[in-house]
Amino acid sequence: MKTLTPPRVTDTTLRDGSHAMRHQFTREQVRAIVAALDEAGVPVIEVTHGDGLAGSSIQYGFSTTSELELIEEAAKTAKRAKIAALLLPGIGTRRELSAAIERGIKVVRIATQCTEADISEQHFGMAKEMGLETVGFLMMAHMRPPEFLAEQAALMESYGADCVYIVDSAGAMLPDDVRRRVAALKERLSIQVGFHAHNNLGLAIGNTLAAIEEGADQVDGCLRGLGAGAGNAPTELIAAVLDKLGINPGLDVFKLMDAAEYIVAPIMPYQPIPDRDAITIGYAGVYSTFLLHARHIAAEFGLDPREILVELGRRQAVAGQEDWILDVALDILRRKRAAEGAGDAREPATAERSAD
Amino acid sequence: MGERQAVKVAILGTGNIGTDLMYKLLRNPGHMELAMFAGIDPQSEGIARAKKLGIPTSYEGIEAILDDPEIRVVFDATSAKAHVRHAKMLREADKIAIDLTPAARGPYVVPPVNLGAHLDKDNVNLITCGGQATIPLVFAVSRVVPVRYAEIVSTVASKSAGPGTRQNIDEFTFTTAHGLEAIGGAEQGKAIIILNPAEPPIIMRNTVYVVPANEEFDQAAIVASVDQMVAEVQQYVPGYRLKDAPVFDRRRTPWGERTIIAMLLEVEGAGDFLPPYSGNLDIMTAAAWRVGELFAQHLLGIRQEVAA
Repeated sequence: MKTLTPPRVTDTTLRDGSHAMRHQFTREQVRAIVAALDEAGVPVIEVTHGDGLAGSSIQYGFSTTSELELIEEAAKTAKRAKIAALLLPGIGTRRELSAAIERGIKVVRIATQCTEADISEQHFGMAKEMGLETVGFLMMAHMRPPEFLAEQAALMESYGADCVYIVDSAGAMLPDDVRRRVAALKERLSIQVGFHAHNNLGLAIGNTLAAIEEGADQVDGCLRGLGAGAGNAPTELIAAVLDKLGINPGLDVFKLMDAAEYIVAPIMPYQPIPDRDAITIGYAGVYSTFLLHARHIAAEFGLDPREILVELGRRQAVAGQEDWILDVALDILRRKRAAEGAGDAREPATAERSAD
Repeated sequence: MGERQAVKVAILGTGNIGTDLMYKLLRNPGHMELAMFAGIDPQSEGIARAKKLGIPTSYEGIEAILDDPEIRVVFDATSAKAHVRHAKMLREADKIAIDLTPAARGPYVVPPVNLGAHLDKDNVNLITCGGQATIPLVFAVSRVVPVRYAEIVSTVASKSAGPGTRQNIDEFTFTTAHGLEAIGGAEQGKAIIILNPAEPPIIMRNTVYVVPANEEFDQAAIVASVDQMVAEVQQYVPGYRLKDAPVFDRRRTPWGERTIIAMLLEVEGAGDFLPPYSGNLDIMTAAAWRVGELFAQHLLGIRQEVAA
């Protein structure tokens, strides 16, 4: 058995959890959660709209309280913990990054689809210039093999990343998938390596453990698993497991359990679990945040969310493509109507054309 | 064929965009005659192709273009940085610049929306591919009902996003958002770009969301205005099509729960040089062709019907 070292745990309840909360965190909730995490020894706390800086939109859902206000509240509340923000190039820009720095973030996590690391160069550049700690996020990492991911991670390292994460955005990986990917990055990079899990196949804690066994230096959790899809690895559970393994990085297990039980559980709109639709997300390998959007659209058009999610997987939809949910739903509807012989009012010529 | 009236034009920049535009001009010259294809890379594939096609070429940059006083219109498909320099030289040489870079030295133009107002300018800018694709639809709504907010999501195939776009992705969002406001007529604009690496590559997709300033609008009038605009863009981008009729959906917004309009747009390229999936590049060269043609007609004194 390898000698394990204690990983750094980043709590992202206030960022990934923003999806499940439909981006409606309040200042008071942020203050209570940050205070509890800080008190329990969590070193990094991520606070941003679920889709990163400037994610507040029709595409992803509008924030009720601006993320900059929430970041400011978090930075004021934390005594020891550093506040982090997420940034997806293509959605957020250096303008929002600059504003977040003014409000007190010390870490920025810059996320791209795992094939597109080269769109992050200007953001890493600015973050390093401003003295931030930088983390690269390779999202939807189940879609590409380990060696490919190592190449992309090396690009982020060259731009100034201090750590690069394998991000299982779809919660689609099995423990061996995680091991091979983390190992490939450990082998290739001279910087730290991290892992971010989703629980769509019920493997968030197991996968996080697999990553740590391969030498992951950083891992993510959310209190009560509050996050997109079936949620993330629960921070309190990571703490308990690390403690039993003898590699507790300084987390107070009982205080984290209390924070999950008394602060987060009462404000959660629902407990994320691997239910029918979330399992489908892991199974089909689509972005976890599609869950609520697919349910909304499916209900509106009388469809099963699963048929939409599976089709999105077939089309290789990537991080941030929530607009394809409506597109797919309309396509399915058109197909069904055609099968029922009703035709499509917008394209009356279809039947004649195919008869040519 | 009889004697055709034509204005001499030149392409500056021999990369993918410049080369695709060359093929468009050869396929359909309109009132233009391609008199020079110039760049700085003697090894470029574009130069080799132009030579084979008998087009005068130069790899000494803008000089050959400046030396020919008969060239009146110049398409600049280089880079924003280079165009800043070119803009001044072209102006001094009394040539009209159609700028395909993000330099924005001249006013933004979207052919069916506002080109008519800028035919007296000596430099016009084509904004971004996302802007060329989505601004016409926002404008089609804003001419029926005031638009409080317009948001667009452009999804392009990874293979069609070159290093320029990748290294300057922030500029895409700023410039496109500004175009939605300045030309599209939205009080506030927002732009998102997503690169999708699927194989086979996806055709350029755009989703346009619009929040009207009030709830009293005529849905049928909006649909009719949008249909008319799509037909106008199709005149120069045949692969420009809405996948469905505009969808009216209730959503939570900062202005309360509101009816928003969602439009799903696909842009398939003509495949002149670049592959058909890269509609994002095609709509830039097609718009450039259209702008060039209207300037040429204007210079020749031909009466034309364009939006004011």
